Amino acid sequence: MLDRPVLPTVTLTVNGTDRMVAADPFASLADTLREGLGLTGTKIGCDAGDCGACTVLMDGAQVCACLVATAQAEGRAITTIEAEDPLVDRLRAAFLAAGAAQCGICTPGMIMAAADLLAHKAAPTRREIEDGIGGVLCRCTGYIKIVEAIEAVARGANAFAPVAEAGAAVGARIARADGLPKVQGTDRFGADFAPEGALWMRAVRSPHARARFTLGDLSAVKAAHPGLEAILTAADIPGANSFGIFPTIKDQPVLAPGLVRYRGEAILALVGTREAVEGLADAALPITWEVEPALIGVDAALAEGVTPLHANIPDNVLTRGYLETGDIAEGHRLGTATAEGRFRTGFVEHAYIEPEAGYAVRTKAISSEAGTGSREEIAWDDSSDRIEVTACTQAAVMDQEEVARVVGVSMAQVRIIPTACGGGFGGKLDVSIQPLIAVAAWLTRKPVRIVYSRTESMASTTKRHPSQIQARMSADAAGRFTAYEMTGDFNTGAYASWGPTVANRVPVHATGPYKVPHVRNATRAVHTNEVPAGAFRGFGVPQAALAGETLIDDLAERLGIDRWAIRRINAIDHGDRTPTGQILYASAGLPQCLDSVKADYDRLMAGAAAHNAMGGRTARGVGVACMWYGCGNTSMSNPSKMRITLARDGRLTFLNGAVDIGQGSSTVLLQIAADALGLPTAAFDFIVGDTDRTPDAGKTSASRQTFVSGNAAKLAGRDLRAKILALANAGPSARLALDGHRLTVEDGEASRVIDLSVLASEADIVLAGEGEYDPPTTALDAKGQGIPYATYGFAAQVAEVEVDRLLGTVKVTRILAAHDVGRAINPTLTEGQIHGGIAQGLGLALMEEYLPGRTENLHDYLIPTAGDMPEITIHLIEDTEPEGPFGAKGVGEPALVATAPAILGAIRHAVGVRMTEVPVLPHRLWAAMQGREAAE
Amino acid sequence: MQYFRPTSLADALAIKADHDVTILAGGTDVYPVRTARRAWGDPAHRPVLDITAIPGLRGITEEPGGWRFGALTTWSDLAAAGLPPLFDGYRRAAREVGGLQVQNLGTLAGNLVTASPAGDGIPNLMALDAVVEVAGKGGTRTLPVQAFSTGYRSTALAADEIVTALIVPKLHGARSTFLKLGARKYLVISIAMVAAIVVTNEAGTITAVRIAVGACSAVAQRLTALEAALLGQPLGQAAGLVTAGHLADLAPIDDVRASAAYRLAAAESLVRDALTDLAATAARRAA
Ligand SMILES: Cc1cc2nc3c(=O)[nH]c(=O)nc-3n(C[C@H](O)[C@H](O)[C@H](O)COP(=O)(O)OP(=O)(O)OC[C@H]3O[C@@H](n4cnc5c(N)ncnc54)[C@H](O)[C@@H]3O)c2cc1C
Ligand code: FES
Ligand code: FES
Repeated sequence: MLDRPVLPTVTLTVNGTDRMVAADPFASLADTLREGLGLTGTKIGCDAGDCGACTVLMDGAQVCACLVATAQAEGRAITTIEAEDPLVDRLRAAFLAAGAAQCGICTPGMIMAAADLLAHKAAPTRREIEDGIGGVLCRCTGYIKIVEAIEAVARGANAFAPVAEAGAAVGARIARADGLPKVQGTDRFGADFAPEGALWMRAVRSPHARARFTLGDLSAVKAAHPGLEAILTAADIPGANSFGIFPTIKDQPVLAPGLVRYRGEAILALVGTREAVEGLADAALPITWEVEPALIGVDAALAEGVTPLHANIPDNVLTRGYLETGDIAEGHRLGTATAEGRFRTGFVEHAYIEPEAGYAVRTKAISSEAGTGSREEIAWDDSSDRIEVTACTQAAVMDQEEVARVVGVSMAQVRIIPTACGGGFGGKLDVSIQPLIAVAAWLTRKPVRIVYSRTESMASTTKRHPSQIQARMSADAAGRFTAYEMTGDFNTGAYASWGPTVANRVPVHATGPYKVPHVRNATRAVHTNEVPAGAFRGFGVPQAALAGETLIDDLAERLGIDRWAIRRINAIDHGDRTPTGQILYASAGLPQCLDSVKADYDRLMAGAAAHNAMGGRTARGVGVACMWYGCGNTSMSNPSKMRITLARDGRLTFLNGAVDIGQGSSTVLLQIAADALGLPTAAFDFIVGDTDRTPDAGKTSASRQTFVSGNAAKLAGRDLRAKILALANAGPSARLALDGHRLTVEDGEASRVIDLSVLASEADIVLAGEGEYDPPTTALDAKGQGIPYATYGFAAQVAEVEVDRLLGTVKVTRILAAHDVGRAINPTLTEGQIHGGIAQGLGLALMEEYLPGRTENLHDYLIPTAGDMPEITIHLIEDTEPEGPFGAKGVGEPALVATAPAILGAIRHAVGVRMTEVPVLPHRLWAAMQGREAAE
Repeated sequence: MQYFRPTSLADALAIKADHDVTILAGGTDVYPVRTARRAWGDPAHRPVLDITAIPGLRGITEEPGGWRFGALTTWSDLAAAGLPPLFDGYRRAAREVGGLQVQNLGTLAGNLVTASPAGDGIPNLMALDAVVEVAGKGGTRTLPVQAFSTGYRSTALAADEIVTALIVPKLHGARSTFLKLGARKYLVISIAMVAAIVVTNEAGTITAVRIAVGACSAVAQRLTALEAALLGQPLGQAAGLVTAGHLADLAPIDDVRASAAYRLAAAESLVRDALTDLAATAARRAA
C-alpha cells in the first residue's frame, strides 16, 4: 500500500471563490475545507452527522460537511462561517451580544444553520427556530440564548452589548472578551492549527476491558510503512510511564505496559504521516491478546476473592470519605417520620463538542536569535531542550507537571499553551493527549499533532462516577430534619483520576443545604474495569442530591407538609451550622432563593391540579429541589495568582492563567480586574493560560475561578492602582484614564499626567500589579469536621413536566431557577451558566447514559437538543459574599445540581412513581408506572 | 481506494457489475459507518460508487401507474413536495429523520437499502405498498418493498444492482399519518414507530387500511390481522378495536434505547394514536 497517494485536484466554490485543492474524492468536505483549504471555522465534533458542528451551506441549504464527499461538493456553492455576508454578520453580532457563544465550538455550525433558516423564513416562530437549529448540538448554552439571538436578528433588532465605563464593569452585561473570534469562526481550538509538516499521531486502543498483551516485531511493521516515523510503546516513555491527578496516586500509564484495565486504554501510538497512521489497521499490528475476566460494576469489584485491578489496592477500594456529626441513632429516634431508599446513576459523558486535540513541539532552550553557534552545536547538547504542548485543557499547570513527569524533564522545560477550549465541564482537567504527543515530539524531535475521534474521546477519557447510594432521613412532626445518613459507592473506573475528590466532596454535601443536627455519611470510590470516572460538574454532588431530595419529598408526603414548605423550614440560613461544623456567617441565600420561586411554584401547582383534573393523556407535575456547593477545593490550599502589567507604550496587559472553557472566566476576571484598577475593560489586552507567561491560577474546576481567581484579579488590580496612585501622590478615589503612554490621574481638582514612556525601568514593563489569593479553609478531621470551603453557592429550582401516561415520555416544560451567586459579575454569563447547567441536569435526569462499547458516539449517547429545553425563568439572588471579589462566588457547577432532582420530583408528582434510577428513559418510567398499577 | 463517479446509469451498472463497491448517495449512512470503523482501527473501505452525478435519478413525478420517487430524492425533496394526503405520513417522517442537515442529504432509497430496523422510511413504504425498481446488468425489475427488505440490514438487492426508484401506487381518497417515538426531540432514532393509511367511505367506514410498525422487529411489519379487523368498521371507533393480539407477530428486542416489553406496549399505543389522528383529520375535513 502506498503511504502517500497522489491526490486528484478538485475545484470547490467556497464563499463565492473558486479554490483548487488536492483531495481524496471520498474525503469529507469538512476535512478538505479544514486540512486542504485551511478553512478551520468549520468544526468537526463527531465526523458522523450527529453534532452539526460541521454545518455549512451547500447551494444555500444546510448540510453536515462531514457527510459530503469532496467529489460531491464540486460545482456546488459552499458557504462557511468565513463568508462575508450581511445576514451572517448580523447573526455574529447577535450571538456575541446575547452571550449565545460560550465555548464557541458549536457557534459556526449554529450560525450557518440559522443563516439557512432566516434566508428561507424571515420571521420564524420559536418552534421554527428550534427546527432550524435542531441538527446542531450545543453542550454549553442550553440553546436559550442562541434562540434569543436568532429571534433578535429576525426582529431586526440592533444587537449590541453594553460597553462598560471605567469602574462600572462589575455587574455589566458586556460581551465576552474572547467572543469575537468565536462568532467569526477564527478562534483556534486544538484541532485548528499545527506547525507546517507536523507528524500525526494515532493511539491504538484496547478493545478489551481487561487483558494482557504482547507485541510482536514492530520494526517490521515500521519498515513496511515508510510513512511511519515511530511506533511508540510503554518502553519508549522517557520519564515515568504514569500520570494522575494526585501527587501520591500516579496510577495511569501513558501507554499500557502489557496489561490493560479498561476498553479504550492506549497501548501503542503510531506516529507518521497522516495517511500512514490513519491507513494502518489495528489488525495489521502484531498484538496478541490474552483476555481476562473484567470487573464490571461496583458489585463485581467488591466481591470476595476477585483479582484486584491494582496490586496495591487489594479490595479495589481507592478511597473512603466520611462525615459524622451528632448521634445518628438519636437523630432517627427524634424523627416522627423516616424515609429511606436506594438510588442508582450511571456513567455520564461530558460530551463537549470539541474532542481533544493539539500538538507538541520540542524546542531549543536557547532561542535561535541568540546566535551562540551553529545549529549542530546547539543540537549537540539537548539536555536543556524544552517541550511545548499546545492543546485544549482546563488546567495548564497540572498539564505542565504531568508532561514534565512523563518526558522526564523539569517543569521549567515544559510550556503549556492552552488553545481555545471547546467545552470541558471537568473532562479536560485530566491530561489525555498531552503526555502522548509530548513524548512523541520529544523522541522524534518533530512537531506531532493528534485529533481524537469522537469515539476515542468518549471511550478513553473520564466520565461522571456511576453511583449506588443508600440513604435514610428523618424529620419531626413539624417537618424539621433530625437525621440524615447515607452510604455511597462511586465507580471510579480503572484509574484514580478525581475519585478521591468525589469521595470527599459527597459526604460534605450529601445532606443538601439544610439544617440537620445528626448526620453520618460514608462513601467509597471503587475501582472497576471501566473507563476512569473523574471530574464532572458537581463532583458527585448531583448524584447525592438525587437521593437526598427524593427522601425529602418522602418525608413531606408522610408528614403532610408541602414540598416547598418543608425545604423552606429546613433551609440553611445565615448563622446556621453545616454538618462539618462550619457556621455560615454570610452569603447563605437559600431562603431568598426559595422565597423568590414561591409565587410561581404555587401557580404551577394549581395549574397542574387543574390540568390533571381533566384526566387527559398527559399528567402534569411540579417538583422542587435545592442544592449547595462549596466553591474551591475541599480543605486544600488552591491558590491563584494574577498579574497586570503596564508597558512603556501604555499597553495594559492582564496575565490570566485561568483557562476559559467557555464559562466566561476571561471576561469575568477582566471585569473584576478593571474595576479594581479603575480603567475600562476595553483598555486591556489579555494573555490567558500560557505557562511561560502567566502565573499559576490553578485549574478551572470546582467553581473556583470567579471566587478564587476573582479575588486574585481584584488584588492585582488594586496593587497596580496603589502603585499608580503613589506615583501620582493621589488619594484613593482618584480617577484614571489611559491614552497611549499618557496615564492621567485625576484627584478632585488636581490632575496629574504620568508619561509612561519616560518612567525609569529596566524592562518594557514599567508598572505591574500582582494579586494572590488562597481561600481560607481548614482541614477536615476524621469525622469530616472543619471548614472545607470558604463559601458556598445555593440554589432552588422548580421543574414542571408533562408525562405521557401511556408512553412514559417526559417533556420538561418549565424550570424556575433561583441561584444565590453572591454577585453576578456579568449577568449574561451567569444566566448562560445556569441555562447550560439545566440542560445537563435535564440530560442526566432523562436521557444520558454512557455504556462502554454501546453508547460511545453522539448517535447513541443522547444529550438534549434545542427542542428538548424547557422555558427557563432565572432569579439571580445576590446575597453578598464578603470574602468574594465584589461579593461574588461561583455558579459553574451549582447550576446543574438541583435540576435532575426537581425533574424527578415533578415526575413523581405527575404520575405518582418514585424513580430512583436515572436516566428516566421512557421504558424505565413506563415499567415503573406499570409496577404501580399492578400494585394497586 | 477507488472512487467512481459515473455520469450515466449504464456506466454505473457496468462498474457495479465489475467491482465490489459501496454505493454512495447522500452519505448519511456510509460516512457514519466509516467513522465508527475507523474509531477502532479499521480504516479499510471498499471502492466507492458515487451515484449522485447520474442524471434523472432525483425527483418526484406523477405517472399513470403511481408516484415515482427517483432513488436520489432526498427527505427534504419529499417534505417540500406537493403530494396528496396519501403521503402525509411519509412526509412527516421526512421531517423527523435526523435534523435538517441529514434531511437535505439523505435519500429515500438509501434509507431503504440501509435496512435498519429503525429506518423511518420503511414502515411508510410498507403502508404505501411501494414497489422498488432496481436496475442490474440483466435489465430492470421491480419488487414489492416487503420482498425487497429481507432482514436485519439485508435486502434482496443483487450484487450487480442499483435501486433506481420507489414507486407508490395511487390510492384515491387515502389519508395517512406517521408517529415516531424517541427519547429526545431532534436527531433521534426511533424506539418504535407506526405508519398508517386509511380510506373511508362517506359514512366514515374504513374501506382500505394499511398499518405498519417499525423498530419492533428486524424488518418493519404490516399488521395484517389488525387491518382485516378494521375493514368495514367506522374509523371513529377504530382505535378502540386495537388489541395486543394484533401486534403478536412483532418481535421487538431489548437494547440501549428501550426494553422489548416497552416497545410492544408503545407500538400498541402508537397504533391507537395513529388511528385517532386519522379519525380526527377526517372529522376536521368533514366539518
Ligand atoms: C445524524 C443522523 C441522524 C439520522 N437519523 C435518522 C432517523 O431519524 N431515521 C432514519 O430512518 N434514518 C436516520 N439516519 C440515517 C440516514 O439518514 C438515512 O437512512 C438516509 O436516508 C440514508 O440515505 P443516504 O442517501 O444518505 O444513504 P447513503 O449513506 O449514501 O447510503 C446508505 C446505504 O444505501 C446504499 N444505497 C444508497 N443508495 C442506493 C441505491 N440507489 N441503490 C442501491 N444502494 C444504495 C449504500 O450503498 C449504503 O449501503 C440518520 C443519519 C444521521 C447521520
Ligand atoms: S462533525 Fe459533522 S455532524 Fe458532527
Ligand atoms: S457554546 Fe455551544 S458547545 Fe460550547
